[in-house]
Amino acid sequence: MYVAVKGGERAIENAHAWLAEERRGDPSVAELTLDQIREQLKLAVNRVMAEGSLFDPDLAALAIKQARGDLIEAIFLIRAYRTTLPRFGMSLPVDTGAMACIRRISATFKDAPGGQVLGPTFDYTHRLLDFKLAADGVVPPAAEAPPRSAPMPRVSGFLDREGLIQDEPESDAVPPDLTRQPMELPGTRALRLQALTRGDEGFVLGMAYSTQRGYGRNHPFVGELRIGMVAVEMDIPELGFAIEIGEIEVTECETVNQFTGSKSEPPQFTRGYGLVMGQTERKAISMALVDRALRWKELGEDNVGAPAQDEEFVLYHSDNIQATGFLEHIKLPHYVDFQSELELVRKLRREASGAQAEAAE
Amino acid sequence: MTDQAYNFAYLDEQTKRMIRRAILKGVAIPGYQVPFASREMPMPYGWGTGGVQVSAATLTPEDTFKVIDQGADDTTNAVSIRKFFERTAGVATTEETARATVIQTRHRIPEEPLTEEQVLVYQVPIPEPLRFLEPSEIETRKMHALEEYGLMHVKLYEDIARHGQIATSYAYPVKVEGRYVMDPSPIPKFDNPKMSDNPAIQLFGAGREQRIYALPPYTQVVSLDFEDHPFDPSKADAPCDLCGAEDSYLDEVIIDDAGGRMFVCSDTDYCRARRASGHVGAKGVAEDAA
Repeated sequence: MYVAVKGGERAIENAHAWLAEERRGDPSVAELTLDQIREQLKLAVNRVMAEGSLFDPDLAALAIKQARGDLIEAIFLIRAYRTTLPRFGMSLPVDTGAMACIRRISATFKDAPGGQVLGPTFDYTHRLLDFKLAADGVVPPAAEAPPRSAPMPRVSGFLDREGLIQDEPESDAVPPDLTRQPMELPGTRALRLQALTRGDEGFVLGMAYSTQRGYGRNHPFVGELRIGMVAVEMDIPELGFAIEIGEIEVTECETVNQFTGSKSEPPQFTRGYGLVMGQTERKAISMALVDRALRWKELGEDNVGAPAQDEEFVLYHSDNIQATGFLEHIKLPHYVDFQSELELVRKLRREASGAQAEAAE
Repeated sequence: MTDQAYNFAYLDEQTKRMIRRAILKGVAIPGYQVPFASREMPMPYGWGTGGVQVSAATLTPEDTFKVIDQGADDTTNAVSIRKFFERTAGVATTEETARATVIQTRHRIPEEPLTEEQVLVYQVPIPEPLRFLEPSEIETRKMHALEEYGLMHVKLYEDIARHGQIATSYAYPVKVEGRYVMDPSPIPKFDNPKMSDNPAIQLFGAGREQRIYALPPYTQVVSLDFEDHPFDPSKADAPCDLCGAEDSYLDEVIIDDAGGRMFVCSDTDYCRARRASGHVGAKGVAEDAA
């Protein structure tokens, strides 16, 4: 006889206990420490901070450990924690022009004031497995040079001075915050940039790549890519002036895009912009390409119907926490709906086979 | 546990206030989808975050809370949500429909009629009834504003032309007080008539899609149909094999390798109460003998 399924509560508890055991793995292997994750899996930590929208390398490391290395799960942990934090206020805009760069390259000029600085990059490494890392991993110290003191002005500024690049008007408007207000479309560029910077790296990369392959092509050059520390400043009402409350690492990418002009704009270079927390180069470049593609209306371009030009499509599908939750919810029981579908399909089949029998007569 | 670190029912008071304002607006405009600043909850989007936020904003310490998924109190996600509020709100919980003051549900409306003392909170995955006809939110909001529902009627008509009947068996669209076409959430169409003229407040929360909508008590809710193809709230043509109920929505359960099956009430509390009062179905056993 069928006994109604009971015991869901105990099954859940047991499943979670098993998960904890699996997370630890073989206990004869030393346990990972958060310091190790933070220091040695830094790019994973960066991605979790960027898409979790919370700059805290220690918490990100904890989330990665708790999520067993599943970065989307780790981002989810950070997001869920983040919503419970009180808001003290807003920082001033960070000045990326004054960034203490560990990397700064331009693909549009051979050299520029401040120079080309490669920094710690995978570029030009040969992707050969380094079996030495499997053995001891002792790293000889890298060569050192005195820190550069020369300023590194933004490359786009040089084009700006000549009037060759589309003007980016300054604004002191408070940007919308999609974590505190429901997303209403059509949105502003500030809203789009916020969605893109916390959007899924894979999604934003795929969208950017699609523009390069012809779905809304916009001929990008990396005008400048810079990675480094910026100061975060905040106005303190009691003091009446802004003070520095900390430093964060960010990656900024400005693309320079060919543009032959439109009904409303003269021929000039146009811009795409990416700014992402941490060293997250692929994401920042992708973001800049998608930003540029989404600017078609403002620049008087044609909408060629490319996915990357469709603000609603991009913004509603870029968030991996929303996407993964909804995707995975189909694991939940649906037997009520399935039952009603079963009955419908049976009924339709009965009628269809009845109709065939009639036709055969 | 650091549960004391969280506010009553998890959300901070400002957030609850924001959600309550959206609920009030929804109650004032029955069937209209109110945008709200949905928060990231500690459970995934698509797993009832909208319903959880509405429940969190609705619950008071005196409430008695019931959670069902597919009509059952002990499905895993219902257990998880119930435990969440036991931990964060410390409210009393129950499996008995009649004892609950707030009921959060996924995919069903309880069989037992609700009262004016109760609030029914639905979890909604896709709040927009026009979504699968028009993917753009900008467009569908316009269509609602202009009461432009021709597309939906064409879809239902095409169903009839192709299949001889409307081929929607759950999340069957309804019209509220002759104005807004509304998604009833993925309840089987069998449940649709229960929405209309219901004494309880019915609240709908869609977390991922950032929408709340509502039906105040005694609101007229009509399932869309045509005069010559009237709405038919169908269910499996069988009584419950455990309690013998003929009027409840049934789940079909496969019981052996030969494809043998039985039908049981999807509303587990309804089935339990009937069996407790002596009803026995074809494959059930009398309660005292069990």
